This record gives sequence, structure tokens and C-alpha cells, in this order.
Amino acid sequence: MADPTEIEGQSQRAPVIEPGYTFATITDKISSIVLTRPVSNGWLFGFGLSFLITMVLLYAMGYLFVRGVGIWGINIPVGWGFAIVNFVWWIGIGHAGTLISAILLLLRQSWRNSINRFAEAMTIFAVACAGMFPVLHLGRPWLAYWLFPYPNTMNYWPQFRSPLVWDVFAVSTYATTSILFWYVGLIPDLATLRDRTENRATQKIYGILAMGWRGSARHWSRYETAYLLLAGLATPLVLSVHTVVSFDFAIGIVPGWHTTIFPPYFVAGAIYSGFAMVLMLAIPIRKFYGLEDFITERHLQNSAKVMLATGLIVAYGYGIEGFMGWYSGNRTDAYLLWNRLHGPYHVWYLSLLACNIFIPQLLWIRKLRTSPLGLFLISGVILTGMWLERFIIVVVSLHRDFLTSSWGMYYPTLWDWATYIGTIGFFLACMFLFLRVLPGISIFEMRTLLPEAEVKSE
Amino acid sequence: MKRTPIYGLMAEFDNPTDLVVAARKTHEAGYKRIDAYSPFPIEELSEAIGFHRNNVPLVVLIGGIVGCLSGFALQWWIATVSYPVNVGGRPYLSTPAFIVVTFEMTILFAVLSAVLGMLALNGLPMPYHPVFNVPRFAFATKDRFFLIVFSSDPKYSSSGTRSFLEGLNPRSISEVPS
Repeated sequence: MADPTEIEGQSQRAPVIEPGYTFATITDKISSIVLTRPVSNGWLFGFGLSFLITMVLLYAMGYLFVRGVGIWGINIPVGWGFAIVNFVWWIGIGHAGTLISAILLLLRQSWRNSINRFAEAMTIFAVACAGMFPVLHLGRPWLAYWLFPYPNTMNYWPQFRSPLVWDVFAVSTYATTSILFWYVGLIPDLATLRDRTENRATQKIYGILAMGWRGSARHWSRYETAYLLLAGLATPLVLSVHTVVSFDFAIGIVPGWHTTIFPPYFVAGAIYSGFAMVLMLAIPIRKFYGLEDFITERHLQNSAKVMLATGLIVAYGYGIEGFMGWYSGNRTDAYLLWNRLHGPYHVWYLSLLACNIFIPQLLWIRKLRTSPLGLFLISGVILTGMWLERFIIVVVSLHRDFLTSSWGMYYPTLWDWATYIGTIGFFLACMFLFLRVLPGISIFEMRTLLPEAEVKSE
Repeated sequence: MKRTPIYGLMAEFDNPTDLVVAARKTHEAGYKRIDAYSPFPIEELSEAIGFHRNNVPLVVLIGGIVGCLSGFALQWWIATVSYPVNVGGRPYLSTPAFIVVTFEMTILFAVLSAVLGMLALNGLPMPYHPVFNVPRFAFATKDRFFLIVFSSDPKYSSSGTRSFLEGLNPRSISEVPS
């Protein structure tokens, strides 16, 4: 049979899955990572290191609870600091997981099948990291439940006109949806693990989690409908979440925040950084677990192209910000533009431009798009750049606003860095655990990619 | 339903096409209480066993509407009745500001009803099921495809159904004890 990609004259295009696999070999290859593969020293080292960094996070949090937010560098005028920078950064990273699992499903991009599972796991862990920051920033984090509307003796309710309350609803809905979407996707694979494992205890655990899934045609029919509807619901949700995050800024009148470009530019930036994180995870995973046949050059190329496209949208956003600073004739906006380029944080702003706009243009080079090492490095640059972007938005806008008398500087403290780096450790520790106990690639969706999976009509 | 020692007869196939053809023939032969099992979703399969539509979309629609109305009602009641706060002389019922939470609640309720509705309609969780009594059924989550005729089918007879299933060229046939 002729290769359909050849007909389109694109024979150079790498396949989504290397030829020669059957339903059984796909199943064995993915489930063996969890079931039979012994714990390697590399895994132990990686998990141990990220676990240690998680301990740093817990230490920083413990000290914060004792001493209060004064241990951070925040003060008036910059009251938001690292906590909000990291919150926006992490939640943006999470968005690529939803994009891959939901939006690409609706667009029938079958290449997503081999990366959606761990991208969804990435989303959940990233949202968990993101969710910590606003709570830690509250000052009295043990009263975080006051954010939710519940009948109470204080006769008090949240203020629903505030974007900060919208954020609570958006992020908690997003976390719930991501976990459920991920779990629903896992059910058939948990059943596979239940039937494959030879250990009685793990069989029980997977059996309970699989809820008695048996692959009935009626079940599959409802399952597919529900999965498609979840994708359809998650798509507007993910766009709304970062839109609402951008409202936290855009509803305020601070220079540099009060603009209508924020929602689309935030969403594009979120996907930009999220795909960078997907690549930073996928490249080592495929290497260490020998999954090059499932996560192929095609996946790397496609992700690189998404980064290139969203990166250009982000660049357009910067361009409009600069243009509006000049065109509006508003003195504070014009000053903000000047302050970004020449003020005390100008090194950060110039690094941001380099990391987010100039260096990623190397992705136009085909050779780089197919080089795992090159993509890994450039993804690191983009993640740094997106973190800097949020730093510029939060700090540079706040530190010099309308009144010269209230200007100030923001210097992050050791505790700011410890909390930030600690969440990276927590995120990686969760990823390491996930890869060991759950199938990192969706087994049943990979089976549907095989030519044999198609029902031939007589 | 009369309790029978045999739950049904199960035939095993090794590719999706054979299963769909067999399921279609079985359904056309007048067997109505049948089911098919596969390691991945096969669109044609539910059609072949005569299962044409499911109620998940309806459940999700109802969930979404309930979420939307309750989300808006919550804010409306809080902002105008229980805890009215005058912000710069703006109306208590400031609908545009309530859109975001209403939207998020719509999605939240729709998502919860999609997941819980799908599980409930599928009768899950159900840790025990008679089909698991067949040892080879463990391959239904790997690379084998199964068709079952339940003994509760009016047309079912242990010898007649067996010879019918044999005519479909399965790899093997097993009795499912209940």
C-alpha cells in the first residue's frame, strides 16, 4: 500500500509512530515501563534531587507561616512580587497540556495521542504549583477558604465584581477539569495495567482505580461521547483561565496593565511556555525510556512550529504595548516604555526580548527543529523568557506608577528564590512519580493509530 | 430475570474487522442481548450491536444549564439580597461582572456531569462482572476482541448459539459462568 503521506509529496515527514508495531507490542512497551522495568539509578537520582528541592519548598513555606510575607521582598509599591510572577508562569505552562489533549483532539490531530497523557499530568502538577502562590501570598494562608462563597457566621460573602474572585473560580474549575479529564483518559489504561500486572497488590490498586472497566462497546460509545464533550468544554475553559488571569492585571489602572491586548497575548504566551515545558519533558523521557518510536521527530517538529507561531503572537503583543505607549500620548504609558528600556530593570527587559523574540527565531531552521538537544535548550530559553515577561509585567509596572513620591524598588530575597525553585522541585518530583506508577503515554489511543485499528469494509 | 448458571457465550477474535462483521451478523440473526469488547474504541462496533445513541450529551446539557443558572443566581442573591455592597454607585446587580463566574460554573457543572454521567450510565464502578471469569478475557484490554451473547437473550440456546458463533470463525469460544 502506498504511504498516503507520499501522495501529498511530503515523504520526508516523520511518522507519528514508527512502523512494525502491533496492539500487543504497543501495550507491552508502554506498560512495561510501569510494571516490569526495575527502578534505575537515574530515576532514583532524579527523583531524589527533586525531592530534596521539594523539601526546600516545604522549609520556605514553614518559615513563611511562622514569620509572614515579610520574609519576601514584597513591599509597597511592589506588593505582588514573585508570588504572582510564579503563579502566572506556572498556570501558563499548564495550558499546553490542555491544548494538546483537548484542542488538538477536536482538530483531529492524531499525533497528540503519544504526548497528551504526560502533557495532562504536566498540567495538573503545574496548576498545583500555581495554586500554591496566591494562597501563600495571602498573608494568612490558613484562611484561604474565605475565598469561596459559603454560609458563615461573619455574614460575609466574596466580592464577585473583583477579578481576584473570578480567578478563584477559574483556577479551581480548571484544576478540577484537568484532573477529571486526565482520569477519564486513564481508565482504559488502568484496566490494561490491572490485567497485565502479576503482583496481587498492584492488581488490586489498578483494579480499584479502573473501576471495573471492561471495554464494552456500549461503554466505549458513552466514553467517547463524554471524552469529546470534555474536550469541547475544556477548550473554552483553558482560554478563559488565562484571560481571567490577565484580567487580574487588565482590570486595574496601573500603567502597562490596563490594556485590551492582555487576554489574547496572555493566552498565546501561556501556550508558548507550555509547549516549551512539554518539549523539556518529552525530550529526556523519550531518550531515557527508549520511546523514540512513539514520540518521533514529527512531534518535536510540530511542537516547535506551535512555539514559533505563538512566539510571534507574543512578539506582536510586545509590539502593540510599545506602540500604544507612544501612540496613546499618555505620559505614564510613555514613561513605562522608557522605564522598561532604560530604567533599573532594563537588563531584565532586554533579556526578555532576547529570550522570547530573538533567540526563538532560530526555530525557522529546519535542522534545529529536528535536533532534540537544540530544542531542549531553546525551550529552556523560552521558559526563562516567559518567566521574565511576567516579572516585567508585575514589577516594572508597579515599581514606578503615577506618583513619583511613591516609587520604589523590588529586590527578591533568598526566600523568594527558595519558594520558586522549590516548586520546580515539587513539579519534577511529581513527574518522576507519575512516570513510574502510571502509563506516561496513552496506550489505548496509541492502539488506534495503527492501520489494523481501522475496520475494513468488505 | 431467571438466574442461570451460564451468563453467556463468548467468542474471541483477533482483529477489529472480524469482530464488527461478527457483531453485525449476530445482531442481524436476531440476537438482541449481546455485547462486544475491544481494547480501544471502535465507532462501528456500537452500531453493529444495535446501540445507536447514548444519553451522555443530554446529561451534560442539563448539567451545564444547572451550573449556569445556579452560578448566576448565587451572585445575584449575594450581590442584591444577602450582602449588597455599594461600589462607586454602581448597580448591585452588575451583570457584566458576573459573566466570568457564571461561565466557569457552567463549565464546572457540565464537566462533572459528563464524567459522573458517563460512569453512572455505564454502571461503573463495578469491580466484579461475570465476563472476568473467562481467563482469556484479560486480553480484552490488550489485543483481543470479544463478542458475547447473553444467556438472557430469548433466542439463546446453549447448543444453537454455540454453533451459530462457530459459523463466525472465532479463534475460540468460551462459556461465561455467572
